[in-house]
Amino acid sequence: MNRINSLFAAKGNKRILSIYFTAGYPTLDSTLDIAEALEQSGADFLEIGFPYSDPVADGPVIQHSSEVALKNGMTLALLFDQLKVLRQRVTIPVLLMGYVNPVLQYGIERFCRDCRAAGVDGVIVPDLPMDEYETHYRDIFQENGLSNIFLVTPQTTEVRIRKIDQLSTGFIYLLSSSATTGKNLTVSESTDAYFARIQRMELTNPVVIGFGISDRQAFVRATDFADGAIVGSAFVRLLGEVDYLEKIPEFIRQLKP
Amino acid sequence: MSKYQVNEKGYYGNFGGAYIPEMLYPNVEELRQQYLTIMQRPDFRAEFNQLLKDYVGRPSPLYLARRLSERYKANVFLKREDLNHTGAHKINNTIGQILLAERLGKKRIIAETGAGQHGVATATVCALKGLECVVYMGAVDIERQAPNVARMKMMGAEVVAANSGSKTLKDATNEALRDWINNPVDTHYIIGSVVGPHPYPDMVARFQSVISEETKRQLLEQTGRENPDFAIACVGGGSNAIGMFYHFLDEPTVRLVAVEAAGLGVESGESAATTALGREGVLHGSRSILMQTADGQVVEPYSISAGLDYPGIGPQHAWLYTSGRAQYSSITDDEAMKAGLLLTRLEGIIPAIESAHALAQLEKMTFRKDDNVVVCLSGRGDKDLDNYMKYFGF
Ligand SMILES: Cc1ncc(COP(=O)(O)O)c(C=O)c1O
Repeated sequence: MNRINSLFAAKGNKRILSIYFTAGYPTLDSTLDIAEALEQSGADFLEIGFPYSDPVADGPVIQHSSEVALKNGMTLALLFDQLKVLRQRVTIPVLLMGYVNPVLQYGIERFCRDCRAAGVDGVIVPDLPMDEYETHYRDIFQENGLSNIFLVTPQTTEVRIRKIDQLSTGFIYLLSSSATTGKNLTVSESTDAYFARIQRMELTNPVVIGFGISDRQAFVRATDFADGAIVGSAFVRLLGEVDYLEKIPEFIRQLKP
Repeated sequence: MSKYQVNEKGYYGNFGGAYIPEMLYPNVEELRQQYLTIMQRPDFRAEFNQLLKDYVGRPSPLYLARRLSERYKANVFLKREDLNHTGAHKINNTIGQILLAERLGKKRIIAETGAGQHGVATATVCALKGLECVVYMGAVDIERQAPNVARMKMMGAEVVAANSGSKTLKDATNEALRDWINNPVDTHYIIGSVVGPHPYPDMVARFQSVISEETKRQLLEQTGRENPDFAIACVGGGSNAIGMFYHFLDEPTVRLVAVEAAGLGVESGESAATTALGREGVLHGSRSILMQTADGQVVEPYSISAGLDYPGIGPQHAWLYTSGRAQYSSITDDEAMKAGLLLTRLEGIIPAIESAHALAQLEKMTFRKDDNVVVCLSGRGDKDLDNYMKYFGF
């Protein structure tokens, strides 16, 4: 059982809040300071993005943060170097999120081993296909205690969701709509119906809703139906402001009831 | 099944697959399940063939270029894709995909474009079918291919500038994929080359395979031999080249030559010579050969030719390259421009700068005098007149 499983297993852990941010943004060495501030402010787990030049699933805010991070010189090797002291400063679960090509170039085995060494609990690689994962990567992920997180959208079929549930070992990442990151969720009957449909499936894994969760209203609505929700672009936008570190506690307070 | 064609898992050797986020899965999967069935239906075949004939103007001529042949001491044939409606091979694919989109019940079409030829070919078939059309084009390409932007707009397409990255073809493709993620139900993405997730590379190859199908027949008529000794084509993503190679892949006597854009020179740092500079990697949904940094970030390519300015190649090309079935070479801006002018002066044909790369390859080869050499003249140079004028100072 890794930290992700423990977090969701703990009784009374409702409305779990996860925050996404891009490593190396706004400055090359801001990664751990931000992570620490988020934990102290009450975030329940973290997704640290490793930047890619062609982030097709991302909207303008995260695209921009990736571009800046790459200009700042962020690489996977450097990130793992920074993460060597992760567990001296942060105790909540941490996942790495990014695209498959940097992982392939780094080497999948080396990537998984370095995740484990750093105390990373899970990985989200949206463009790693489920079949590829199952046939080539599952064993190496599991040997290193890493949860691989799959996405589900309103268009994902029930059969496929069941399959994803079977392959998942941490939680299922439910997209609020089929969209790139940073579009604000419009709470509507159809999203409610979709969230409720997933809830009724009684999946074995916890469900966390992400994409378009930017304020308390959306967070509460999402966590009425799911175990938790993820805030990304809205937080990355904050990191573009001056004195962003000091503003983190207030940002989390605004989100979490 | 040919070892050079896609297998049932969507791979060519190690290359291909569908590396896409879940948001794209339903659309790509629908396409994967349907494309072969629809393409084999009689109503599809009849309409596709009729449009290629009466609308595109196929078969495109196979022209024995006499003065070029004298210069290179071989029989040099030009496959005249430049004479197609809209001026390039791109329309073979857009006709096929629009008929497919229609049969899938899609109402809205998106596309990426580099030189603007694929954008024009897409806008054209959307006008033909009365479908909404949005074309993503790098801001840099909008500048250097102005006549094509005007043509797309005139046909009713919306042209959206891609302002990320190098603001060229790769970034336009990213924007088109983002659009598709955000419009998951009624939209079909008409990819312009043999790139993207499976089944796109195979589907586009099948639509472009008409190039070599006709070439075979025309060569037989004109020379008594259906197989050429050499088939030469330029490679951006690689669709005209795959079209030119398709029916010769399992004919070992046919030497296949693919020509990439070297830009200012392969080692200059300003190049798009993917096989020379790239390594295995994943971009735009498939595993192929990719120009990238050690850290796996995609490198911005450069070529004077907007249609070849792409950091990858289709997965089938990656396989033809690594298996040694085809030879890959590269041609610089200067060599291409010279070859473009040469064809104009010797044969009275102004080629697209993309196609001029394939023509320049002739300078680097030695032939036996009765060799039949086919060059795919993928497009005409009207869109490039500005570039030619500037380059030669006319
Ligand atoms: C005339 C012409 N030839 C070649 C290409 C390169 O594309 P591909 O390699 O897919 O044939 C283009 C692309 O825009 C083009 O316009």
